[in-house]
Amino acid sequence: MEISGTIRKVETVPIQNASDVVIVRQRVRVWTTEMKFGLVDQTKIVTAASELGRNTLEHGGGGSLELAWLVNGTRTGIRLCFSDRGPGIADIKQALTDGYTSGQGMGLGLGGSKRLMNEFDIQSEPGAGTTVTAIRWK
Amino acid sequence: MDRIPILRMGDFLLVTIQVDMHDKLALTLQDDLTTRISDVGAKGVLIDISSLEIVDSFIGRTLANIASMAKVLDAETVVVGMQPAVAITLVELGMSLPGIRTALNVESGMQFLREVTPPNQEADGNQWDNP
Repeated sequence: MEISGTIRKVETVPIQNASDVVIVRQRVRVWTTEMKFGLVDQTKIVTAASELGRNTLEHGGGGSLELAWLVNGTRTGIRLCFSDRGPGIADIKQALTDGYTSGQGMGLGLGGSKRLMNEFDIQSEPGAGTTVTAIRWK
Repeated sequence: MDRIPILRMGDFLLVTIQVDMHDKLALTLQDDLTTRISDVGAKGVLIDISSLEIVDSFIGRTLANIASMAKVLDAETVVVGMQPAVAITLVELGMSLPGIRTALNVESGMQFLREVTPPNQEADGNQWDNP
């Protein structure tokens, strides 16, 4: 995804087990509070991070989240970048379809998080891993 | 191991979720609750989520599972106290929690449970007054 603007701050959070997904939620909450997002926006961003963090763990076999504070002119935004070195997604369009699941979930994780964020991008190569980037502007 | 406490009040079981649950904790709660319903013959389950700052698809699914399992065990479930921001986010996520009965607060949740569950004959009892 092309990112125009500058990055003011970055933080990386490892995702290796279920407790790390809780830490992801907590860190994203701290960031969105510091960035002064409204309560509804904070809830949407933290929820999207929870869905994507779980995907990184369950489907990607673990990986990491990189948080970035974007500044683009007068706009500020939060960028969440989840990456793993898992099996990858063969059919991204199918993976984004509500109700499609490769596991036991409800198949709302990817499509749902896309709706909760403003910009959304998936880069994946079968066998090489997946990177999901999502931005929400204030 | 972490556990969420389950309180019993007459025919009802009460749960207040006050921590940010990791997935395994949510599954443990699901198991514990279904076991308790069956053990004590509970007729109703009230789950207070007013302290939860987010409900994602996993927690939503766990709540739906608890309600379904309780139903099969002849108990009604009501989820109370959802924060407005959580409700907005859940619907946008694509989860409107069909099959889950909700109430705004503990009081109306308890009122709902009392209305839909018949009083337990044995516990209702005047058997102590008239032995």
